[in-house]
Amino acid sequence: MKHIRKLIPFVKPYWGRSLLSLALLTAVVLMDLAIPRLIQRIIDQGIRQNDQSVVIQTALVMLGISVFSTLFAVGNNYFSVQVGESVARDLREALFLKIQSFSHGDLDRFPTGKLMVRLSSDSAALQRLLQVTLRIGTRAPLLMIGSLILMVNTSPQLALTLIPLLLVTSGLIVLFSVRMAPLFRIVQQKLDRLNTVLQENIAGARLVKAFVRADYESQRFEEANEDFTRNTVGVMRFMSSMQPVLTIFVNIGVVTVIWAGGLQAIQGDLTLGQIVAFTNYLMTTMGPLIMMTMLSHVWANGMASAQRVNEVLDVQPEVQEAPNARTLPVEVQGQVKFEDVSFHYDSSHDGAVLEGIHLRAEPGETVAILGATGAGKSTLVNLVARFYDVAGGQVTIDGIDIRSLQQEALLSHIGVVPQETVLFSGSVRDNIRYGSPQASDEQVIAAAIAAQADEFIQKLPQGYDTHVEQRGVNLSGGQKQRIAIARALLPRPKILILDDSTSSVDVETETKIQDALEEWMQGCTSFVVAQRISTVLKADKIIVLDKGCIAAQGSHAELIRSSRIYQEIYESQLGDGVPGLVEQGVIDASA
Amino acid sequence: MQAHKMPEPSHSHFGGDIRTRLQFRGPMRPDKIEIARDPRRALARLLPYLKPFKWTLGLVLVFVLAYTLLGLVGPYLMGVAIDRFIAGKDPAGLARIALQMLVIYALYNLFQLAANWVMAGVSQRALKALRRDLFRHLQTLSLSFFDSHPAGDLMSRLSNDIGAINQDVSQNVISIIASVLTLGGILVAMFVLNAWLALATLLVVPIMLWFTRFVASYTRKGFQELQKHLGAFNGVMEESISGQKVIKAFRRNESTLEAFRRHNQAVYRAGVYAHTYALLLMPLTNVLANFFVIVLSGLGGWLALRSLVTVGTIATFINYGQYFIQPLRQLANMYNAIQAALAGAERVFEIIDAPPETPDAPEPLGLEPVRGQVRFENVRFAYIPDIPVIKNMTLEAQAGQTIALVGPTGAGKTTIINLLNRFYEIQGGCITIDGVDIRMLRKEDLRRKLGLVLQDTFLFSGTVMENIRYGRLDATDEECMQAAQMADADHYIRQLPQGYDTPLSERAGNLSQGQRQLLAIARAILADPAILILDEATSSVDTRTEARIQGALLRLMEGRTSFVIAHRLSTIKDADRVIVIDNGEIVEQGSHQELLERRGFFHHLYMSQFKGQAI
Repeated sequence: MKHIRKLIPFVKPYWGRSLLSLALLTAVVLMDLAIPRLIQRIIDQGIRQNDQSVVIQTALVMLGISVFSTLFAVGNNYFSVQVGESVARDLREALFLKIQSFSHGDLDRFPTGKLMVRLSSDSAALQRLLQVTLRIGTRAPLLMIGSLILMVNTSPQLALTLIPLLLVTSGLIVLFSVRMAPLFRIVQQKLDRLNTVLQENIAGARLVKAFVRADYESQRFEEANEDFTRNTVGVMRFMSSMQPVLTIFVNIGVVTVIWAGGLQAIQGDLTLGQIVAFTNYLMTTMGPLIMMTMLSHVWANGMASAQRVNEVLDVQPEVQEAPNARTLPVEVQGQVKFEDVSFHYDSSHDGAVLEGIHLRAEPGETVAILGATGAGKSTLVNLVARFYDVAGGQVTIDGIDIRSLQQEALLSHIGVVPQETVLFSGSVRDNIRYGSPQASDEQVIAAAIAAQADEFIQKLPQGYDTHVEQRGVNLSGGQKQRIAIARALLPRPKILILDDSTSSVDVETETKIQDALEEWMQGCTSFVVAQRISTVLKADKIIVLDKGCIAAQGSHAELIRSSRIYQEIYESQLGDGVPGLVEQGVIDASA
Repeated sequence: MQAHKMPEPSHSHFGGDIRTRLQFRGPMRPDKIEIARDPRRALARLLPYLKPFKWTLGLVLVFVLAYTLLGLVGPYLMGVAIDRFIAGKDPAGLARIALQMLVIYALYNLFQLAANWVMAGVSQRALKALRRDLFRHLQTLSLSFFDSHPAGDLMSRLSNDIGAINQDVSQNVISIIASVLTLGGILVAMFVLNAWLALATLLVVPIMLWFTRFVASYTRKGFQELQKHLGAFNGVMEESISGQKVIKAFRRNESTLEAFRRHNQAVYRAGVYAHTYALLLMPLTNVLANFFVIVLSGLGGWLALRSLVTVGTIATFINYGQYFIQPLRQLANMYNAIQAALAGAERVFEIIDAPPETPDAPEPLGLEPVRGQVRFENVRFAYIPDIPVIKNMTLEAQAGQTIALVGPTGAGKTTIINLLNRFYEIQGGCITIDGVDIRMLRKEDLRRKLGLVLQDTFLFSGTVMENIRYGRLDATDEECMQAAQMADADHYIRQLPQGYDTPLSERAGNLSQGQRQLLAIARAILADPAILILDEATSSVDTRTEARIQGALLRLMEGRTSFVIAHRLSTIKDADRVIVIDNGEIVEQGSHQELLERRGFFHHLYMSQFKGQAI
């Protein structure tokens, strides 16, 4: 409930329409309640009294009422739909805005899938909750209370006889509602399991075939399938038994009314029309009760969704802009300094990821970062762009602590090629131009040439206008990486970050990219995270990270002599091949 | 008299919601409005799944028939009770008829319950069989099918389509039968009671049908539109959320938000349109029902005053009228669900109809024991006709040799492996193992002889032990642990929270890349293949783990013919022969040293990593 209450402000802008919708609904209910009374009139005063004019008159009144009631019902539907859709739209936008303000740390905690669920199914569940509440949710109790009152009004004695029945039915309904949610949860779990087997089988098709495991897989699937089926049958039976079981009680009520009411009518205490009206009211009391069981499900879902939505809306982004943040001077030099920097991810990992990092990149220098997976390489370069905030120490650009800068200003001087290549749907040209939308076609091509992308782009069906599908599925990993490099190069940033961004590019192309970069990025500071040692050989400075600390730094020539860990990496990758090469004079050993 | 007017339309509406929820918790999905291309054919192919239950279904039919008839008797008795006993002041008769009504109603509900109960079982069992068939067929499909259908796509298709069928088969079949039976029964009963009033009732049918079709056409259009917008919106959302880090780095929040807003607004508009129309049906049919009651009471009253009909008959008619409108209304509601289900069925059958792998030779040869001599003779292959990937390739590996395959990306290295495994069938030449054409072997036998360690180590959800045992299902725990020891994986497995029983989360997120590779190697060791195929991982792990993997691989390769797509220098160096492939052709082969000395393509490839470097 608490979570739903927190979301009430989203309904506020539409309170007028919500109220209107509720008012229309109330009118509909009142009119619905009038119909049995009018039928009673036709029977008692028309047919029984042989009065044709009453029959016709009342029929016309009923006709008029039902026309209005329909109009009102349509109005109620329209406004409730509008409110529901509006709130869902606003909710989605609020969520999206919040997600946009997320820093990398927040995004790490909420994977895309989770956020998608919140934006789509959760907001849809809340929309359904609102819409249903504005229609059936209010209609059912109103109808129920109304017809209860009218039942008592028609015949208090008859109404009293029905009380035990009403109590039993209510009890049953509560029972159904309470048991429904956990049943659905179990079925959902079984379904997830079934989907997992299917998913793994499809994704691992090559392996299943290689190990000739079709039968084994079929058996695995069959188990999950049987489990799911058994549970679904249970739930379906439970669900489908609800209606007949509740109707039995309604029908017992009807028979009771006919019998007990009939006895009264015979004594002359009740008219025929009243009995008919009474049974009608009884139906209208019970009907909504059944709807309520369904409603409880919508509410349970809605509350769970509200909680998940609030989880996102309540996030305080980890990286916050300082209140008096300033811009960088026009002429940025690009000197980057790490002063005793430490860092840890607060939730996912305990212990420091980086510790005591001192590092100085002079303008125009290339700093390569080497180390095992998990050593903290990506984290280190991400700190430069303030994608994460340092836990201790400071990172400065031209001597200014980056935390005192406007994020916008900082990022406008930094070009990033992230580890995981993300392209957007749109043309290749649009993708390269992503960071500087005003760039001319010539500039785009120049950047592509530097990233060694021009050649393959020219060969694509429509060249630079080729459409990149969602997540770039129509391009190879290496091609995507090169487009991402071109994208980062285009604005000619003062600081360039290449986070293992040539891993899918073959060594020859990688070398070409490096040569081109040297020219393109003249006077710009670059950070290169690399796995292959061949990538880093030429850097001005090589940082070897080991378990979050700088194990060694210096040029290749220095490190190969002094650093054990560097030698080890070097051996493992280029190792014994090299001396042979040197002897053959392939490589210039004199340098 | 509107007795027995249970809130069924809203019930089925809700029921729909809940059952949809049962299916799949994925992106936002509106009520699907689709049309099958050939509904009759789709139906004809679904029916066989119900065939095993034909006796049970017969029983259901009996139940439905029974409760439909009982449902007709109830209102009739009520009319009699009012007409004869209450108006006729007969308390004893009233008690008698009340008891009769009670029994009739109870039986009515019992039969309804029984029908629902049995049908739930039948429909789910039938669906289970459909899922089983689908999965079994999936196992027989060739790899090209999986390569050409993205996994995510296939998944959502399978789960959504089966979901759509589910909704139909389970609830609607029974409702349709009941609706049709009720309609027929009431018509007969009404004509027996009074032909004039019956004719008046029939007037409603065309109006109702017209209304339904009118509303349905708008609703369908609305939902189609909504689906289109939702699809685009989901795409935009997914892209901007998964790309949020990049969006931030390139400061494109503004334009992204703008696109989001545009699509969000479009979804809003389409949603209001579609849902407003969809909800129109209820009040409209309500007014029709009321209109109908009014006509009946008007006309009935007029007839009653001329003694052409009794009050009880009018009451019964009004009551029947509700029963008459109800099924019409339901049939209208179900129309769309049925269409969607059949469209879903069509897509499921599309997969079931996809041709399986090339069948095995009619009289397959055995292959025991395998020495492991492998030969490619003038092998030709193309994934897409006219774009050859392997051109007339001939190569030979003697038993026990290690062959390194080297070449730029796209040269055809992986294809060679696909062909050897018969994941794809060669289009010319032949491949032999110990002189036997692999097409003469059973695919199962062939693949059992070949061990595969892929670059992307795929592990299944399950325990570590289960994943190792995947290599040989009848292996004992000790054998699995031995394999892990040989793969140098034992020590880290023992450090896991539950050792060998540690469950691996989906796609093994709780293991590092290196650990996963070691596990995959253990799996291959356990399988003990005669011929080994390795796609070396490029993504490097830390040096120590790498040394471990290297050692494990060397132990695995011992005494087996091995094909290695080589990225590591040590593999290339130690290989008996290095085969350099470019553009689907062997451009060079020989030992590492020979090739370097030849100063050809390999030399160029090899040197490019040192090019221009000062060492």
